[in-house]
Amino acid sequence: MQSRASDVYAVVGAGAAALALTWVMFGWLLPFNGVVGFVVVAYVLFLALYALLVSFDEDGPAIVDRIAAAVVRSMGLLLVAVLVFVVSYALFEGRKALVHLNFFTEDMQLAGPLEPLSVGGALHAAVGTLVQITLALLVTVPVGLVCAVFLSEVPGPFARFVRTIVEAMTALPSIVAGLFIYATVILGLGMDRSGLAAALALAVMMLPIIIRAADVVIRLVPGTLREAAYAMGTSRWRTVWHVVLPTCRSGLTTSVILGTGRGIGETSPVLLTAGFTSEMNLDPTSGPMVSLPLATFQYVKSPEPTMIARGFGTAALLMALVLALFVAARFFGGRGPGQLTRRQEHRRVLASRRDAERFAESHVAAPNPPSTPPRTTALDESRRPS
Amino acid sequence: MAVATGGGVDGDVPRRLYADPGLPDRVFRAVLRGGGALVLAVMLLVGGFLLYRAWLALDKAGWGFLSTAEWAPDAGKFGIAAVLVGTVLIASVAVCVAVPLATGAALYISEYAPPRLRQTLISVVDLMAAVPSVVYGLWGVFFLQDKVIPTARWIAAYLGWIPLFDVDGADPADPLAPASVYTSSTFIAGLVVGMMIAPIVCSIMREVFSQAPAGEREGAYALGATRWGMIRSVVLPFGKGGMIGGTMLGLGRALGETIAVYMIISLVFDIQWHVLQSGTSSVSSLIALRYGEASEFGMSALMAAGFALFLMTLVVNFAASSIVARSRSGAAS
Repeated sequence: MQSRASDVYAVVGAGAAALALTWVMFGWLLPFNGVVGFVVVAYVLFLALYALLVSFDEDGPAIVDRIAAAVVRSMGLLLVAVLVFVVSYALFEGRKALVHLNFFTEDMQLAGPLEPLSVGGALHAAVGTLVQITLALLVTVPVGLVCAVFLSEVPGPFARFVRTIVEAMTALPSIVAGLFIYATVILGLGMDRSGLAAALALAVMMLPIIIRAADVVIRLVPGTLREAAYAMGTSRWRTVWHVVLPTCRSGLTTSVILGTGRGIGETSPVLLTAGFTSEMNLDPTSGPMVSLPLATFQYVKSPEPTMIARGFGTAALLMALVLALFVAARFFGGRGPGQLTRRQEHRRVLASRRDAERFAESHVAAPNPPSTPPRTTALDESRRPS
Repeated sequence: MAVATGGGVDGDVPRRLYADPGLPDRVFRAVLRGGGALVLAVMLLVGGFLLYRAWLALDKAGWGFLSTAEWAPDAGKFGIAAVLVGTVLIASVAVCVAVPLATGAALYISEYAPPRLRQTLISVVDLMAAVPSVVYGLWGVFFLQDKVIPTARWIAAYLGWIPLFDVDGADPADPLAPASVYTSSTFIAGLVVGMMIAPIVCSIMREVFSQAPAGEREGAYALGATRWGMIRSVVLPFGKGGMIGGTMLGLGRALGETIAVYMIISLVFDIQWHVLQSGTSSVSSLIALRYGEASEFGMSALMAAGFALFLMTLVVNFAASSIVARSRSGAAS
């Protein structure tokens, strides 16, 4: 939409006047203080002055429209700004720990709370996160995808019931998933706190999320594709394997990656089940195994500034991991069912060309090819008016 | 397929149509059913086991479980009145913060943002929904807390006559009064959780707003509506179901949030109605704090608290999804 010069003048003028008035009020007239108060007062004044300036040129509904536009725009900018700030705050505060190379190559075995940042690192937590999430994915991806295919391909009362239960379980608070594993695996079966228990807790938490996302994606596959496959006499499993799953591959990848992102950042199930250690532990079945969010949580509880810096460093590392997963999800996914990348389209064109050549060859090699032309001519002869 | 000879000696019996799916298909279906049954079993096991383990405590406490504001399970006096009130208050503050922000942002992205910027903004908001809660907790503890205290003090001074905003032991007339009565409060925890759920609420609302039919939008413009007039008469009524549903989904997330709340609040076991005052409680931070030292009976009591929390989020989530599904905009999804 084109904006006129007077619109811009109104915004700039109202902004300047609001800032100046607020400054006067806060500086001389009223007993106010605080940054938040300043911003709020300035914003309210800005809206009032903006309405006044617009009312010189416009009337009723147009003034409301301008004010609403200003409010909506500022809400949008505020939300995005706060969110960007939250992330960049963690990354920025983590810089003190991240500039030391040993942060990426050592564990905390030799580093007490008073050691400087040049000793010790977060390698054990990063490795622990990767081990736990890999184990959790080994459970959730096959089970989750089979269940999602079940929900859409074998419809019936049983599938509806399973879907309802899965939707209910997406409401399961993550700490309750941790409590469940703590009570069954650790107290019930007598296992120690370990990476495996943490992975199980993460799996219980991620399973409904992945199933629900995958179910939505599979339901988006056009029914016509399936019907075309059935009409050609394809069996059920071949239809699913060769038509349904390839069509929504990008969406399925996205749902798994986003589920992984949720699982990686989750602290509370891990807090109950993984235990805490400052040593590298590669064996998920025995001994405590720490992960990035858990390490962050434990480090910042310490009063020592170096430990807090380490906590921000691990948080930044975790953020980087989530960011990488998110970029991967955008890269692989984000396309609707049936939409192809350039390379896939190229491959498909090549495949169909190969098929066409194959058909042509088999046609040439067919046992009775010469019989066709004379018959056509005969038909043509007979149709010709004589 | 074998053609049944319909008009046989037995008279008119409708022939039975049966297509043999073949062995691979039967195996395939069995595997799918098995997967579904496995997931169902796990999910029912979680709920059932929680209830089973919680029964010991629930049986002993009876209805007092809902009205006792103390947590001493081994002494036989325990209940979730205090933690439940704390949880609900934190979640309410979060929703009060998140919903206006999310509505504005969703309207901005779907109606006002320039098309080139739109995709970026959608990505940013979706990314923020994936940010780990411990990162939000860090931000709340180390940055937001100090910045919010003057505002909390101002509200307590001028709106303190409302019981909700009253702060015990604070003297607004004394400018040098310690700020510690305002830290670790419901208000701050609610602000952080609100920031956490805002992207989730925003992305659901945006999805719904962008589905508002183009014909009705153009109709509103053709009748001379301004852009805001069009939004008020077409987009918002169309998206009402999605707005309520998205808000409730956010509420469900806020109720179950653990780590960010646990990092900020200092746990007290009284019913704390004063949102600005230091010290509050929530079910999930109670579990995180007490699970390690709990006896068998204490564990059962914690399970009961977890079960109550689960029931609450369950009800909120079901209500949300049924509202979304019944609304005009949710019919497609």
